[in-house]
Amino acid sequence: MVETAFTPWASLAGGVLIGIAATLLMLTIGRVMGATGVLAGLVQPASGQEFAWRAALLAGMVTGPVVVWLVSGEMPAVEVPVSTLALVLGGVIVGVGVTYGSGCTSGHGVCGMARLSPRSIAATITFMITTGLTVYLIRHVIGG
Amino acid sequence: MRLFSTYLIGLIFGVGISISGMINPAKVLNFFDIAGTWDPSLIFVMGGALVTTFVGYKLVFGRQAPVFETTFSVPASRTIDAKLIGGSAVFGIGWGIAGFCPGGALPALGTGRWEVFAFTAALIAGIFLARFIQSNSDARRAPAA
Repeated sequence: MVETAFTPWASLAGGVLIGIAATLLMLTIGRVMGATGVLAGLVQPASGQEFAWRAALLAGMVTGPVVVWLVSGEMPAVEVPVSTLALVLGGVIVGVGVTYGSGCTSGHGVCGMARLSPRSIAATITFMITTGLTVYLIRHVIGG
Repeated sequence: MRLFSTYLIGLIFGVGISISGMINPAKVLNFFDIAGTWDPSLIFVMGGALVTTFVGYKLVFGRQAPVFETTFSVPASRTIDAKLIGGSAVFGIGWGIAGFCPGGALPALGTGRWEVFAFTAALIAGIFLARFIQSNSDARRAPAA
């Protein structure tokens, strides 16, 4: 287990930026800022235009940590406290879940909740509970 | 112009994910580990993002249409079904195991860390797996005439 520092101001500022990005994407092209939809539309696009905006958005996302690195001199910390097996197994399970559930933390948790969509509220409550239970089981029941 | 603005929006999102800590699986998992090494930072990420988007959407939806499109493409369904809840429950299990969610992982690719690429490859495999299962069960339900 890796301890991490409580960073309310940086986290709040980051959250506001995420919200600004979601708002601007809706303002400009009328789309929901959902990472699941971006990725799913990239690996199997319905048309060239559906591919293009997602590719541009993804290119911007990937540049994010690089810009932070250039400005602050430090690459944002990515600490992975799980095994490679857990990383890959978890990745496949996330992929299946977000496809059936039609979204993830950004799509349901931010954009859908901000629209007060009943589907997104139900989805967000559900995955917050199962994520919490899974972490508890792994860290305190199985691993404890 | 249109694609460049979308690129910049992705960049704002990527910077937000980076400085908020959502990019870091250790921080994300610690948010859920109330009984252990709890780090409540992500409440501030969610709160900041939600309030900003709520207000932002209110202003944007006052318009007839987006700047570059004729309509807003917003999911219209309001049905809460087993697929939504089951899928979301499964997503949470995977998130709890790996510590990455798609919105955290995509910007994290920019750090060049191999773990992020491993997770993202598995994530794409999972999306294809779910589509394969879905199209098979659809084919069973509605056999080709």
